[in-house]
Amino acid sequence: MSFLLNGFFQAIELLASGNAETYSAIFVTVKVSSYSMTCSLVMGIPLGFCLGYFDFRGKKPFRTIIDTLMALPTVFIGLLVYAFLTSRGPFGGFGLLFTVPGIAIGQTILALPIVMGLTATAVENMDEKLRITILSMGANRRQLFLSSLWETRHGILAGAVVAYGRVMTEVGISMMVGGNIKWHTRTITTAIALETNKGQFAMGIALGLVLLTIAFCVNVSVALLRRRT
Amino acid sequence: MIEKSVWLLPVFILALLFPSEVAAERGKTLTMATTTSTDNTGLLDYLAPKFQKATGIELKWTATGTGKALKLGENCDVDILMVHAPNAEKRFIQNGFGTDRREIMVNDFVIIGPENDRAKIKGKSIEDAFGDLRARKATFISRGDNSGTYKKEVFLWKTAGLPIPDKEPWYVQTGQGMLSSIQVAAERNGYTMTDRGTYIKYESNWGGNPPLKILVEGDKALLNQYSVIAVNPVHCPAVGYDEAKRFVIWITGKEAQRLIKNFKLLGKPLFVPNAAEKKNSTQ
Repeated sequence: MSFLLNGFFQAIELLASGNAETYSAIFVTVKVSSYSMTCSLVMGIPLGFCLGYFDFRGKKPFRTIIDTLMALPTVFIGLLVYAFLTSRGPFGGFGLLFTVPGIAIGQTILALPIVMGLTATAVENMDEKLRITILSMGANRRQLFLSSLWETRHGILAGAVVAYGRVMTEVGISMMVGGNIKWHTRTITTAIALETNKGQFAMGIALGLVLLTIAFCVNVSVALLRRRT
Repeated sequence: MIEKSVWLLPVFILALLFPSEVAAERGKTLTMATTTSTDNTGLLDYLAPKFQKATGIELKWTATGTGKALKLGENCDVDILMVHAPNAEKRFIQNGFGTDRREIMVNDFVIIGPENDRAKIKGKSIEDAFGDLRARKATFISRGDNSGTYKKEVFLWKTAGLPIPDKEPWYVQTGQGMLSSIQVAAERNGYTMTDRGTYIKYESNWGGNPPLKILVEGDKALLNQYSVIAVNPVHCPAVGYDEAKRFVIWITGKEAQRLIKNFKLLGKPLFVPNAAEKKNSTQ
């Protein structure tokens, strides 16, 4: 028990003293998750919205595929992305292996189905009466589309938060595609894995605290956003 | 319309960030794949800034087992390797994947275990020790991961005339790095084989008094040779061969060899540089 407590105090000290290694891992995590979240939201929200909003042939099986992909294991994505990005793979020429954008690609694959799936669900669960009300107020198709988007904002936001949670906390992709390279691709989670392996708990605990803090801040800001709109 | 412009903003940011990101990471750097011991002990943390100071090249490394490191070299994903499995390295070079192999330093493997030493292997030869571990079904933690250490362990079981205890309940294969395997051994109160450098690091983590002690050491079969190999530019045209070559010259040079010699924890050297003697013998 004492090592946990000691680790905790050392962790506070590491954070307070601005330890470069600790902050490098934090910075990399924030950077890579911002990239992947931006990509997956920009692609996922419109795609997910269309998936929920329009009816088309093969919609059901497509939904099932998306829902299955929501459970993609991160180590499998890591393996897949590694196979594509390795110098001898199809995209080897871009030199993306062991880089931050490389990890971001993997994390986008992780987050995209979640954003799409949960956005689609939010749209599908929209109250049918609302649709009729909007139409009866004389809205045209474009206005109906936009107001539907507005009405589902909370569901979409919830999907984004779930996706963000997975992206922030995954280890498999960061480890396999990023290679856990110090100062470059060492993220909070790979650093925790490494430091625990080395039996040095302080930095692991410090980084764990930061991860929790970030998650807390995200959720608080989402809650505030909800209240204001 | 506001919504539209909000969506465009991240796209712009991305467009600005991505190319610069890739360009920045392609500066004058050297990417190395290495065994866990050179990383876990802190040796590379200690050498990298000095290499950068001497040559202006930034060293980036990913620490895996030797087996995976060789695979990364074969796939042209790194420029240089620092590994410790001489036989696998020779095959790697024969296959045309690597070039400019130079031996840089040695340490030795040791068998460590709990102080009460249930299997009574302390001070025995490596063959006898392995025989006793097997006979007494003492918990033995193996890397089980194709690393240089694991290759050595397999070789030692063979030379002791014993089958590899792959499915025995007392034989635990972690598939993890050296330090984490030592942690597992400590948790399970078992034995394991480690390179001395990583053991000293472990010892110093415990302030010099760890629960696992060295029980078998000094056997000639336990010698552990580390080498650097540049990835062959004929096999991988895009590889940073010039930087790799500069690293090979630097690490085998007087200055770096002295640095390795001075790298100590608890006052004990972790690696013994031996590039110089090899140079004399091959020229």
